[in-house]
Amino acid sequence: MSVQTWTFLIVGGTFALYIGIAIWSRANTTGDFYIAGRGVHPVVNGMATGADWMSAASFISMAGLISFMGYDGAVYLMGWTGGYVLLALLLAPYLRKFGKFTVPDFVGDRYYSNGARIVAVVCAVFVSFTYVAGQMRGVGVVFSRFLEVDINVGVGIGMAIVFFYAVLGGMKGITYTQAAQYCVLIFAYLVPAIFISILLTDKYIPQIGFGASLGGDIGSRIAGGETIKLMDKLNQLNTELGFAEYTSGKKSTLDVLCITGALMAGTAGLPHVIVRFYTVPKVRDARISAGWALFFIALLYTTAPAVAAFARTNLIDTVSDASYAGAEGEKSIPQWFKTWEDTGLLAWVDKNADGKVQYVAGAALAGKPKFAAADDGTPARGASGERLVTNSDPETKNELYVDRDIIVLANPEIANLPAWVIALVAAGGLAAALSTAAGLLLVVSTSVSHDLLKRVFVPSITEKQELLAARIAAAGAVMIAGYFGINPPGFVAQVVAFAFGLACSSFFPAIILGVFVKRANREGVVSGMLAGIIFTASYIIYFKFLGGTPDELWFGISPEGIGALGMLLNFAVAFVVSRFTPPPPQEVQDLVEHIRVPSGASGPSAMH
Amino acid sequence: MTTESEQKAPRAPHTAKHATAYWKRNLTLLVVFLAIWWVVSYGAGILWVDSLDKFTIPGTGFKLGFWFAQQGSIYVFVALIFIYSWLMNKLDKEFDVHED
Repeated sequence: MSVQTWTFLIVGGTFALYIGIAIWSRANTTGDFYIAGRGVHPVVNGMATGADWMSAASFISMAGLISFMGYDGAVYLMGWTGGYVLLALLLAPYLRKFGKFTVPDFVGDRYYSNGARIVAVVCAVFVSFTYVAGQMRGVGVVFSRFLEVDINVGVGIGMAIVFFYAVLGGMKGITYTQAAQYCVLIFAYLVPAIFISILLTDKYIPQIGFGASLGGDIGSRIAGGETIKLMDKLNQLNTELGFAEYTSGKKSTLDVLCITGALMAGTAGLPHVIVRFYTVPKVRDARISAGWALFFIALLYTTAPAVAAFARTNLIDTVSDASYAGAEGEKSIPQWFKTWEDTGLLAWVDKNADGKVQYVAGAALAGKPKFAAADDGTPARGASGERLVTNSDPETKNELYVDRDIIVLANPEIANLPAWVIALVAAGGLAAALSTAAGLLLVVSTSVSHDLLKRVFVPSITEKQELLAARIAAAGAVMIAGYFGINPPGFVAQVVAFAFGLACSSFFPAIILGVFVKRANREGVVSGMLAGIIFTASYIIYFKFLGGTPDELWFGISPEGIGALGMLLNFAVAFVVSRFTPPPPQEVQDLVEHIRVPSGASGPSAMH
Repeated sequence: MTTESEQKAPRAPHTAKHATAYWKRNLTLLVVFLAIWWVVSYGAGILWVDSLDKFTIPGTGFKLGFWFAQQGSIYVFVALIFIYSWLMNKLDKEFDVHED
């Protein structure tokens, strides 16, 4: 069977599964819709959290990103996992005890202020939309690459699926589909990784192969008869070609500290992740569930750096000095190179006209490849048959452009794996994108129907009306997300820094103070949140949109890491202002006492 | 499960002192666990990475600092949550503030 047939079968099969689950787990009450009736088993919640958290970017782009960053890729690995320790130890159990449905619920009640609630709602909606635009686009991209349909059609299909289970099932439907999606995506990630580990190091476990000697079919060829560790070979290859050593970084230590800190605290402060811990029956389930979530996430996150190292070693060895046209008696480039050239993820410019690929440090092109067309509209080709580009960068000697996404997408072909594995990668990418999108859309819908309507503007609405409002809001959010997927704003990549920066400089300190500092009051926390958000947002906007240059950065801290400083500022302002303003009312202090202890009924009116 | 808890006599309300003692024990655990969390990630993975990279994990090609940054810290994170969760369940029982 061809790759396409396999892809239709596997993707179709998984979609049917998701729809089946949605029908089985329809939501009947707002409790079902917002928090799955608090009946989710901690292990299932762990899986759902894993899928919720791991987005299209984690699945498709992360290994590639690490592959090109080497050591510096650790900021993502540690940043996006270390946050779960904060979540399990400092947030999840207390928020679960508090009960209710959302993060703005906690902020609004703990700080006895609808102003604080609305600040929290605005942040939650902004963070979620920022994120969801990228997911819908991801769905479209996977469809167009693997099934050769138009990107917009792909986005449309993705919207229809999410619409079906998010609007029908709410949190209940989303939870069980996410658990299924986790299984699909982790299987799709691990199968090619294991195959490649065997091919390069003869080890079945990628995490072990990562540290082993080269061996196996491809590995022995690369080693050329000597016994050498994969890591040593990779450092050697990198330095020979003028790249930095793989195991050492280029970023400053302070910048690495700040980015890791911002990603960790941001992860712990993201509303779609926090809300998952409201769905388990007990406080102790919330603790252990965060452990399961991180366990399931770690399966992918410890495999990714191994895949990154395997793929980089293999890529350099395969393409470096290879003849494009496949001249007699010379090393020639493999077929997959030409396939991916057609998608624009690879491009080669023969700068020194020797017909061979020179891959060295420096950018080959100015930006992404712009392919030239011949007069009759067909792709223009050079002397060796390569596709010509119009934006070659003459300043550098590097001839090869490689998009980082290729590391995961082309892995199965690079390793010559069977067609069904390639189809599996498509289904995995879709599962990762759809699950994250659904979780985010639910946050948006809950913010509108619960935080704004029920808690602020129309407290008198009935349960039935609130559920209807939640469904309408979910439907509206799917439409808006789909619109952004079809017309992606040019700044999507830039605003991801925003999502983490905001979560880390607003929610994270507000929740921590709410649990651990009884004296923290409305005045303190609202001014802290505002200070944190304004500081972080101004820094990011200045450097990402107003043309700030790298030498103007404060102590070399990049915009991705500034949220860490914003968070410290938030803590400091909240602390000082709280000292000089009246303490919180007695019932709020009692609430803090109440959430610190697991026993006793969860929050007043936890399930209305 | 429910029948068992129904048979038990209702628990006497705990004093404020009791709650404070429980909270203090929890805070002590938190300080220890967050210290380990900090040492394996910000410490071994970032601040001391160059010194640790002088050592290689025996039998592998991993430089120690690099390994902590891309593998080891994550394994420790997972272990930390499970162990904390287990210790807290014990503490909850000891102070009679567990849920069922």
